[in-house]
Amino acid sequence: MSGKRVVTLTVNGDRVEFLCEARQTLLEVLRNNLDLTGTKEGCSNGNCGACTVIMDGRPVVSCLVLAVEAEGSELRTIEGVARGSHLDEVQSAFLEGAALQCGICTPGFIVQTEALLEENPNPTEDDIRFYLAGNLCRCTGYDKIVRAVQAAAEARQVAAN
Amino acid sequence: MHAFDYQAPTTVADAIQLMAKHNGTARPLAGGTDLIDQMRVGRLTPELLIDVKKLKELNVLSAGPDGLHLGAAVPCYRIYGDETVNSQYTALADSCHIIGGIQIQSRASMGGNLCNSGPAADSTPSMIALDGVCVIAGPDGTREVPVEAFCTGPGQNVLKPGELLVEVRFPPRPAHSGSHYRRMIPRNEMDIAVVGVGASVVLDQGGQNFVSARISLGAVAPTPLFAQAAGDLLAGQSVSDASLDKAAAAAREIVSPITDMRGTREYRIHVTGVLVKRVLQAAVARARGEEIDYRRGH
Repeated sequence: MSGKRVVTLTVNGDRVEFLCEARQTLLEVLRNNLDLTGTKEGCSNGNCGACTVIMDGRPVVSCLVLAVEAEGSELRTIEGVARGSHLDEVQSAFLEGAALQCGICTPGFIVQTEALLEENPNPTEDDIRFYLAGNLCRCTGYDKIVRAVQAAAEARQVAAN
Repeated sequence: MHAFDYQAPTTVADAIQLMAKHNGTARPLAGGTDLIDQMRVGRLTPELLIDVKKLKELNVLSAGPDGLHLGAAVPCYRIYGDETVNSQYTALADSCHIIGGIQIQSRASMGGNLCNSGPAADSTPSMIALDGVCVIAGPDGTREVPVEAFCTGPGQNVLKPGELLVEVRFPPRPAHSGSHYRRMIPRNEMDIAVVGVGASVVLDQGGQNFVSARISLGAVAPTPLFAQAAGDLLAGQSVSDASLDKAAAAAREIVSPITDMRGTREYRIHVTGVLVKRVLQAAVARARGEEIDYRRGH
């Protein structure tokens, strides 16, 4: 019906421009147009959180955002979490705590944890479980994920002091 | 997803004009958390999406002497992050905390929840309890509809082609008032209400008697319900188990729930009574300035 349009935004600090159709989701464009395949497609209906990215400071599921809506926004994806070649505290804690098995949900969990710790650097277990309720994992049973988030929060507190 | 056009007008007049021009084939897009999914599965196939997030009237969240103005596109996280909402219109914050997960709350709006018109919508009972009025703009001007009269059936409401929900306005909160919303779900979060109940109460100066009460029910009828008779029973009564039980019984009288995977009709009727009492107790505690025994999502 309508042609493609140009969308300009910032992704992980870089200014990015792409062409897309109105019907394309942000998730599709990240993976297919921008080759940022760290963001995973899970349910595609907003239930599983695998496609979580941070848009203008807020975590969102990119399967329920149209790419055209991202015009002018500032986006942070899983590719923007590591500091150069060094994993950040959340990534390290997930790795060291074996907080993953198959790994497909992991980018979403890590990005959501980044949003949590930004908002609440010292979360209780209840805070963590509530904040991560929109992310599903079929492998771990969540306990190791919750402990990894606690470990990441502690590591960040130590680093800050 | 099917092909469609996308526009992001910056004035309500332009948005209305676009809506009217596309007579019934355009849909407003706020947070998109219902709409985009419904388009993906082919249930809705609009030719044009009108992104309403650039309309300043729909982003208003402000309190003044004439009450609270809540723009139709304001996302949940802004609502529960607002000081006035938390202190005076607390039921709205209760609802917004349990709609989807945090990611959904970044985008989903109460206006969208209302326009989606689901029987189990978690924010509609709160808006009814707090006496909200929908401000609707259309080609013929602006009209107002009380929230309890907005939904007309599952997925259906009073909006005519070309009309747009601009805001929901709530009257100022009297002294000694409190409100609450909670739902029954079999898990802690991320679920659809088996039963949802909202209530707002006004107490006398001593905090021992009801001046007035508004009770609302979700997931127990084709539309969210205003249990007016149940609330009216409480006016002038003392706060007691007996008066709360009477209101709960009156609320149970008006429900017509279905039996489905979330619960049987009998169970939903029973839970309606249980929740009405608990939600009233919580609203009373808030009206008295007490802490309530409620952890969101539990």
